Amino acid sequence: MEFTKKQELIYNLPIEHVMRKNVITVTPDTTIRQLKEILRINRISGVPVLDGGHLVGVASIEDLIKALEVGELDVPVGQRMTRQLITVLEHASIIEAVKKFSQFHIGRLLVVNEKGTLTGILTGSDITRGLLEAINLNDHAKELKRNPQIIFREDIVSDQTSLILRYHIKEKDFKSGGSASSKIKRAMEQLGISPQILRRVAICAYEAEMNLIIHTNAGGELIVEIEPELIRMTITDRGPGIPDVEQAMSPGFSTAPTWIQELGFGAGMGLANIKKCADSFTIQSNLGTGTQLDIVIQL
Amino acid sequence: MKLKEVVEVVQGTVLTRGSDLDLEVKYCGAMDLMSDALAYLPPGCMLLTGLKTIQTIRTAEMAYVTAILFVRGKMPDSETIQLAEELGIPLIRTNFGMFESCGRLYQGGMSSVPLTRRYP
Repeated sequence: MEFTKKQELIYNLPIEHVMRKNVITVTPDTTIRQLKEILRINRISGVPVLDGGHLVGVASIEDLIKALEVGELDVPVGQRMTRQLITVLEHASIIEAVKKFSQFHIGRLLVVNEKGTLTGILTGSDITRGLLEAINLNDHAKELKRNPQIIFREDIVSDQTSLILRYHIKEKDFKSGGSASSKIKRAMEQLGISPQILRRVAICAYEAEMNLIIHTNAGGELIVEIEPELIRMTITDRGPGIPDVEQAMSPGFSTAPTWIQELGFGAGMGLANIKKCADSFTIQSNLGTGTQLDIVIQL
Repeated sequence: MKLKEVVEVVQGTVLTRGSDLDLEVKYCGAMDLMSDALAYLPPGCMLLTGLKTIQTIRTAEMAYVTAILFVRGKMPDSETIQLAEELGIPLIRTNFGMFESCGRLYQGGMSSVPLTRRYP
């Protein structure tokens, strides 16, 4: 017989993961009148009865109705409770619990540890909720794991495997400014890259993207290369080129016109920001031919 | 401070639909230069700004800014608001100026962004 992943999950899910741990209990001395209030206030249909910490019975709504029928409101629970204890071990699989539910036709199971001490209580709805949560978690974990594997499958052998994302950036297109970086950020999120790294990548990409929009004559290209160990960004344009790279790198130096500064950019912080976020950053620029930025961020 | 408290303190209005006003912001940074915002704002803070372009929203997206407060009654266009809604970044608007907005929030218990971040 072959098990699906989900069946396996059900078989492996221990009762202690789905049971309710905050159990409301009563003692044999509790009166039927008090029991009625406890069940009503907590909206439950039964409680375990403990005598000095030892499990001695269960007082259910049925026991309560029987006692009410004969007007025994002040009789102690100890005299009217069900003494047959149907228990399951906390380490057992929920399958064990499901079997006992159908075997004994009961609404709740007492969960105990190896010493027989009560550790929780389990109803059918606890199992349903627990299973749904487990399946959800399992799917989520799989999703996180699966995505990088699509790209970096271990059975693909090469000297260097990488994923390349390429974006064309148009000059002076302020409306779309940041949309390429936004796509890069989303792609990396899907790859399961941590927010700390992601933030640095996004800031570098965004500053570089805005530079292409603000400064170039004919736009440029933003290439992101994702390798198992690092992220490499290469930003190229075809001019006009930077006359003095060192000056351009210094915080506060800007050649941007005032109207661009009114858009919140061109304050001479872009390249300094990239330098701060990158593990390595180089600029090559030739007047008339263009500029190339190389940014590396280690994963 | 929860966003709904921010709205109260600055007598603001929420511009985005479906925003969770129970979101908590620990710090605030006030700036009109987006590169400064990118350089100094830690994730999870709120940005106070008078700059209402689409770049403000993009900046918040890249820097993991939780929410944006537009001061001086600045009203971003519908496209900008829509982008913020898509990205799940709540936008709030106040008629107070930058100085008074900051003052009110500070008095209300808001902390400033830790300025340990300096350029090398």
